Amino acid sequence: MAEPTAKEVLVTPILNNNPIALQVLGICSALAVTTKMDTALVMSIAVTLVTAFSSAAVAGIRHWIPSSIRMIVQMVVIASLVIVVDQILKAYFFQISKTMSVFVGLIITNCIVMGRAEGFAMKNTAWLSFVDGIGNGLGYSAVLMSVAFFREFFGSGSLFGYQILSKITDGGWYNPNGLLLLSPSAFFLIGILIWILRTFKPEQIERA
Amino acid sequence: MDLLENYLSLFVRCVFIENMALAYFLGMCTFIAISKNLKTALGLAVAVTVVQAITVPANNLLYQYLLSDGALKHLLGESYATVDLSFLGFISYIGVIAAIVQILELFLDRFVPSLYNALGIFLPLITVNCAILAGSLFMDQRAYDFGESVVYGIGSGFGWGLAIVALAAVREKLAYANIPIALQGLGITFITVGLVAMAFMAFSGIQI
Repeated sequence: MAEPTAKEVLVTPILNNNPIALQVLGICSALAVTTKMDTALVMSIAVTLVTAFSSAAVAGIRHWIPSSIRMIVQMVVIASLVIVVDQILKAYFFQISKTMSVFVGLIITNCIVMGRAEGFAMKNTAWLSFVDGIGNGLGYSAVLMSVAFFREFFGSGSLFGYQILSKITDGGWYNPNGLLLLSPSAFFLIGILIWILRTFKPEQIERA
Repeated sequence: MDLLENYLSLFVRCVFIENMALAYFLGMCTFIAISKNLKTALGLAVAVTVVQAITVPANNLLYQYLLSDGALKHLLGESYATVDLSFLGFISYIGVIAAIVQILELFLDRFVPSLYNALGIFLPLITVNCAILAGSLFMDQRAYDFGESVVYGIGSGFGWGLAIVALAAVREKLAYANIPIALQGLGITFITVGLVAMAFMAFSGIQI
């Protein structure tokens, strides 16, 4: 990569260099908040914003950060942004912030945010880093939303909390698949997602 | 006797039932990336357990004596009785974690260079290992006292270590399996983790 353009930086992370499927970053939170689509959506937005702004901020001050303490500097920038997000969620979306519990705080340790700050923002201008943050955030969101879609649709027969398939317990016909609400299903879904992605993009296959 | 029983049940719960990696998906990035080889996985498991056992109690003290509602009263006098700094939790916890990891890194570099070389880049990444931060956040949220936080720190670190060692052992065997080419590497790992997580679910409901 000599001098990447803003458009390249925005688009490649979504399919070609997806942070979750290829770079194996930020999986922790991806799995935990995907039982419902609305929490997944809030999480996606929060992560995208934090990544974008923290990358921009780190890139802005990159010439003044001594490399021996750069981790701590990045952490402080990210943690401050996450505190802002957390306070906003508590103030305006209290219910959602309750369901997400510690996972808002865990955005700090979401490897995507840190990985982009360390891997991209330390070498590029603030504007490019901002766009890169948005792009990676979107790539992350794409995986998150598709996993959440399957888990909520088949696990409780609803989307965004609206009942689509009427459940047997409510006199309908659909018997929800409880496994999808439990943790193992998230692993299976991501595994299958990666399988599909790599079938269409064979260059991403790792040679053992 | 009651106290001991309480600690024991907490330990069993955080190792098996509320396993950091398999039930809460925490520390997944390192979990997936380092589990190719049993020996490295073992080293990382030890490192995480040690870091976790130090940071959770340290953060517990920090929370009790500095951040919680009214804690500053004992330190700075009556006029600070209404100060509630708990919103600074994220940033102070991550600061403590980063500092402890850095110290551990220097220590290993000096005294156990073989482990230091084996862990490579992943030692600094323990800072952004979600399991570590989540340990402190769960401790805060569930209001553990100091004794409980020691037990919780050791237990959750140990549970995470157990999970990664188990996964590494399975993955070493997988090297001989004939896997569809697009599923190799990351894809099959996720599916394996899902199966391991399913096995761990058999522990849920155990009460000691």
